[in-house]
Amino acid sequence: MNKVWLIAAREYLTRVRKKTFILATLLTPLGIGLLMLAAAYFAKSGSDADKQIIVKDDSGIIEDASVMDSRTMTYTLSNEEINTLKENYNESADILVVIPPFNDLNEASYQISYYSQEKLSIGTINKIEGAVGNQFRDYKINSSDISIETYNSFKTSIDLENGELLDQLAAGEDPKSSGKTGVIVGTILGGLMGFMMYMVIFVYGGMVMRSVMEEKINRIVEIMISSVKPVQLMLGKVIGVGGVGLTQLAIWLILTPAILFGVQHFFGGDLASTAGVSPEQLNQISSAADLSESKIFEYIKELKSLNWLLIIPVFVIFFFGGYFIYASLFAAIGSSIGDDMGESQQLMIPVSIPVVIAFMMLQPVLNNPNGNMAIFGSLFPLISPIIMPARLAFDPPMWQVALSIIILIISCVFFAWIAGRIYRVGILMYGKKVNAKEVFKWLFYKD
Amino acid sequence: MSVLSIQNVVKEYAGHKAVNNVSFDVPQGSIFGLLGPNGAGKTSLIRIITRITAADSGRLLLNGKDISETLIRDVGYLPEERGLYKKMMVGEQLVYLAQLKGLTKTEAATEIKYWLEKFDIKDWWTKKIEELSKGMQQKVQFIATVLHKPSLIILDEPFTGLDPVNTNLMKEEIYRLNSEGTSIIFSTHRMEQVEEICKDIVLIEKGQVILTGAVGEVKEQFKENLFKINTTQPLTGGGRAYDILTSDEQGTTIKIQSDATSNDVLEEVIKSGNVIKSYQEVLPSLNDIFIKQINRI
Repeated sequence: MNKVWLIAAREYLTRVRKKTFILATLLTPLGIGLLMLAAAYFAKSGSDADKQIIVKDDSGIIEDASVMDSRTMTYTLSNEEINTLKENYNESADILVVIPPFNDLNEASYQISYYSQEKLSIGTINKIEGAVGNQFRDYKINSSDISIETYNSFKTSIDLENGELLDQLAAGEDPKSSGKTGVIVGTILGGLMGFMMYMVIFVYGGMVMRSVMEEKINRIVEIMISSVKPVQLMLGKVIGVGGVGLTQLAIWLILTPAILFGVQHFFGGDLASTAGVSPEQLNQISSAADLSESKIFEYIKELKSLNWLLIIPVFVIFFFGGYFIYASLFAAIGSSIGDDMGESQQLMIPVSIPVVIAFMMLQPVLNNPNGNMAIFGSLFPLISPIIMPARLAFDPPMWQVALSIIILIISCVFFAWIAGRIYRVGILMYGKKVNAKEVFKWLFYKD
Repeated sequence: MSVLSIQNVVKEYAGHKAVNNVSFDVPQGSIFGLLGPNGAGKTSLIRIITRITAADSGRLLLNGKDISETLIRDVGYLPEERGLYKKMMVGEQLVYLAQLKGLTKTEAATEIKYWLEKFDIKDWWTKKIEELSKGMQQKVQFIATVLHKPSLIILDEPFTGLDPVNTNLMKEEIYRLNSEGTSIIFSTHRMEQVEEICKDIVLIEKGQVILTGAVGEVKEQFKENLFKINTTQPLTGGGRAYDILTSDEQGTTIKIQSDATSNDVLEEVIKSGNVIKSYQEVLPSLNDIFIKQINRI
């Protein structure tokens, strides 16, 4: 066991000290920060250009054009003759909008036109359509015998909520059942955890594979194996690279929020103003996305109410279990191939398929987190490391979690055994074309 | 007493017997030549001795005890296919390999310093392996093989890729280690090196032992009654006791008839009035024995 740690320590230290590792670890959060900055900058500069719009309204619907103004668009009515306007609108404005006479109040679709020196973006067109559309709506309401209040009451928003939760709330109890917000929070959290597992498996599993190949191509493996057992070498590698992964993820988890906070702070206040969004607009946006302050508070409350004492340890178990299973298998693949990366692609297919299937199952499982597919996915060993963590926020039955963990542990031993069998033969095999059938035979070689 | 005793060892790969019932002993303190053509099973055998693979059947005794994991420290192995971690520094690489052999960090550091000084490469500690030439890497690899002071060192083609100066340096180290009591198994197909270095040999072909023993005994066993005789006048025609094989400035090579002795030959030559300047037995070279024995199979 001592030797496994020696190997793991070397594997860990050589990787962590590499310039590429340090750069990737530090630059990724920095890159995210820069990306946010750039996005904010472009969002601002993109909407920066204030547009002056002259409206030639022949319909007589618009009384006061200034009510249509937005932060980046200013409307003015003009009564000048159309042909004169067409010729010289660009002296004082960017766009000329022409609204033809409007007679039929029942008309549901209506065409207006614009003149502009430059091509208008979809965004600008939509904004103008919206602004003019609102004027038409108000005009139609005013012309009818429906009051604006009656009109607004037509739009009914339905809120389907968990009855148990409402009962508990009505009884003044601390709510135990999960509400709609809980479902949203759970879906996001589940998707995030599932995606993280997917990344970990491919990024760090691939790292283990390349490391094994490197030793084989270097021919140092023969010296190593004369001092340690192949399984020790493989385990040391898997543990060492796993440590590298944990270090990297931990640094990212700390640095990314720190840098994002820094970016916000640096631009004096919040990112929203950096992005050139006024507080009013922000409110509009958030209410449109159901993200008003009280909603955000609700989400935070929901996050807090999740059973973290279950979620965190179980996620960690699946994180390690999933990584361990796949890293072992990738080590076995790395040992079976020589210096030909093309060959590795072919041998990687059988290992990649379950990961990709699991990833594809993620969406349907999140939509129906206690359905048959979810239960199957939680129990099937190669898929469960991605599916089970994704379900954790949805209070899966305890027996399923327990059974899933038991199967995971058994699979860890089983796949490590299989990988060890392949690895011990593979690393000493040179100059031989290896296919899946050949690898299968290695399982039954004597020591 | 033998440092290594190999008894009826068999190793089969997918129906092919790479090592077929091999038995031989490596005497304590010997430089032992493990010989055989390419593909004879040398590497398979070495891998069994170094516990890289296990034998299907048979026993291996190292210093009288069954080979087991605890004996890893007693064996040093320099594989034919050399390799080191290219990105690691010489010092840390050697420390790492020594630790895997069971040395502590401080023990390893002391030994490594000793060897780096010995090879006059003290300032290599912080050099990366990839910055070294192939021959230089080989020195590092040699140090890795011996620094844990094993009682048995296995060298697989240790001189390939070395220039004459470094070959000599390495040879001297091998002799020195041997004189201090280390037994050495030396695997090669370079016969002139075997003849120069080895005390005992085993010849393997197709997974089987063809012959084994001390170099002198083997030569004795395969001698063909050849003698080199140098006389004042050229030897003309074979006599009753001998046939002439070849002649050159150094003398004439003769083969004595099976029923005759050297005395008969000398008597005949003296009687013919010729004066003998020198007379010497010609023993077969290991190369000849090697080729003859391999061709016989």
